[in-house]
Amino acid sequence: MFANLLRLYQLPRLVLQAPPIRALSTSEPRFKLDACNLYEKLKFEFDEENKKRAEFLISTYPEPERRGALLPLLDLAQRQHGWLPITAIQAVAEMLKLEPFVVWEVANFYTMFNLRPIGMFRLKVCMTTPCRLRGCDEIWRTCENVLKLKDGETSKDMQFTLTATYCMGACVNGPVIAVNDDLYEDLDVPETEKLLSELKSGIMPPAGPRRDRFASEPRSGLTSLLTEPPSAGFGMQELSPKAKPC
Amino acid sequence: MAAIVRYNLLTKPQFVAALPGAVQLRLQSTQAPPPGTPPPQTKTKFGPLADEDRIFTNLYGRHDWRLKGAQKRGDWYKTKEIVLKGPDWIINEIKTSGLRGRGGAGFPSGMKWSFMNKPGDGRPKYLVVNADEGEPGTCKDREIMRHDPHKLVEGCLIAGRAMGAQAAYIYIRGEFYNEASNMQLAIAEAYQAGLIGKNACGSGYNFDVFMHRGAGAYICGEETALIESLEGKQGKPRLKPPFPADVGLFGCPTTVTNVETVAVAPTICRRGGNWFASFGRTRNSGTKLFNISGHVNRPCTVEEEMSIPLKELIERHCGGVIGGWDNLLGVIPGGSSTPIIPRKVCDDVIMDFDGLIAAQTSLGTAAIIVMDKSTDVIKAIARLISFYKHESCGQCTPCREGIGWMNKIMTRFVKGDAQPSEIDMLWEISKQIEGHTICALGDGAAWPVQGLIRHFRPEIEKRMQQHAQQSKRATN
Repeated sequence: MFANLLRLYQLPRLVLQAPPIRALSTSEPRFKLDACNLYEKLKFEFDEENKKRAEFLISTYPEPERRGALLPLLDLAQRQHGWLPITAIQAVAEMLKLEPFVVWEVANFYTMFNLRPIGMFRLKVCMTTPCRLRGCDEIWRTCENVLKLKDGETSKDMQFTLTATYCMGACVNGPVIAVNDDLYEDLDVPETEKLLSELKSGIMPPAGPRRDRFASEPRSGLTSLLTEPPSAGFGMQELSPKAKPC
Repeated sequence: MAAIVRYNLLTKPQFVAALPGAVQLRLQSTQAPPPGTPPPQTKTKFGPLADEDRIFTNLYGRHDWRLKGAQKRGDWYKTKEIVLKGPDWIINEIKTSGLRGRGGAGFPSGMKWSFMNKPGDGRPKYLVVNADEGEPGTCKDREIMRHDPHKLVEGCLIAGRAMGAQAAYIYIRGEFYNEASNMQLAIAEAYQAGLIGKNACGSGYNFDVFMHRGAGAYICGEETALIESLEGKQGKPRLKPPFPADVGLFGCPTTVTNVETVAVAPTICRRGGNWFASFGRTRNSGTKLFNISGHVNRPCTVEEEMSIPLKELIERHCGGVIGGWDNLLGVIPGGSSTPIIPRKVCDDVIMDFDGLIAAQTSLGTAAIIVMDKSTDVIKAIARLISFYKHESCGQCTPCREGIGWMNKIMTRFVKGDAQPSEIDMLWEISKQIEGHTICALGDGAAWPVQGLIRHFRPEIEKRMQQHAQQSKRATN
């Protein structure tokens, strides 16, 4: 029973540290972890600009239901800090007057919240069927070879995190890699190598399709929308005038 | 996730509305048809759509998507007059148009909106727009939100007026950051121009539009899970009833609709429901965004008339299947959760709700995934099942455990390391998952497997034989 209690107590720490702390083992612990010190180190506070943003976000929900702003606030905290430490979760909980554990529970459910540190560029390679049909396996192998990382790993210099994910919602433009917030589409092996080398030198190239197209039109030329769009009021039906104000 | 609604969860009037025409006529009395009853079928040829009849005129982003450009293309034109016409007029127009929900279930929109249009009890009403587009194969809402955001904002106002809602929340998936930026800018522009907010368009009606970014969970595309997520909880679907139209977001009456359904509403109101109903077969009317991905020469998103034959759609807009039509193996016609159909069915299937149901599959979100003969179809479906296993929220045992089992069996099927009797076992598991869960994710995971077994059973058995021979040789 005590073992379970201890586990519960250590939950925040387990989240923070990739190798689990073997508190119950007889051998000497590999490192000393002073909780207070750690909290000091990971001190998190919303900066002034983000505080204003947070206020705006909370104001978009009705007063008794301000909890709705939980996801946007967690996202804001993650943007400020790079990932979501337990202290950021506490800060969000305080702001919304919720139990920290409730916030942690929510943060743990969604895949876009990183409860552990990640690299500066988070590469998400789409591996679902539409992208696979267009050859995402080769793209994935290229990424693995160039970055020398496996699925879910972060490079030692904290530059890259490589993950294989499911659909990114740009299936027509597959294969797709998402780097942080941007989607790089229509990739092939040389283009992927080029993209990775650009990222390695610290440049974020412009997002979008990488091979001669602008969005999701057919590659060799339009098959629809060839004429100028009709002007306002085209084909408008008669709206009878007996409208009364509501 | 596509908003798939299971018919056995609907109330009786809803159920009657969702039935095919012939059955409905028998159930209802023989008096004069109510407004919105579709006209008899007279048209025989469908597609291609003329450019002037396209709703999404900036689908490819060749024009300005900001307010000025949008107004030039006809958005926000006489919106005040439409809003002043009142809820009944708007709902009637939508009913006449025969618009069916574009998120996957295909429920008649006019009827869905009319559930909300009843005398209030003091609680505010909400419109929630489902922009959590995560179904593999689907990427239509993304194009609307980044290139035609004002269509959606205007649609929110008109749909909100039809329901008497006071605010709209647009729930956009977290991965669409740039699309969310465009949307937010469009909303800000509309507020500044007085088109939404207090006294929207000068009509005396107050309406707010807010945006909420998700955080990467496919299940949040299910309407009740989406509501939970909007309330700042884990995205786990709620039991129905009560339906969101009674108890939804923040405990208030809510309607959740797909982006495309909302975005076409202003154009329907401007050009008339009859104009929209003139496209496609009756009960499947309108235009639709099709995403064609996979093994075609030029994958693309395109707006076409409903009921267009699948073959014509692929040949006209995508330059055909790679290696020619004869090289086609099969097509998943409506996003990952719809069953696959083999080539001989593809030859003459037509792309609409009833046409695909007749082919034992479904239109879903009209995301067509084309596979040619080089595809390992078992692996392709196995990949989809692993996706569903990853995205199951874990509330219901059949889904949580069953999809895990299916995934294990499918992984062995890819290698052929199984007995032929296990195919029936897999079929049985999928049947046990289907219909026994709170939401439709379980159904969505079961259907691809059923489609695979229905049409590609010889393929699976052949692979098992090959594997058995190989392992026999290895032991000798």
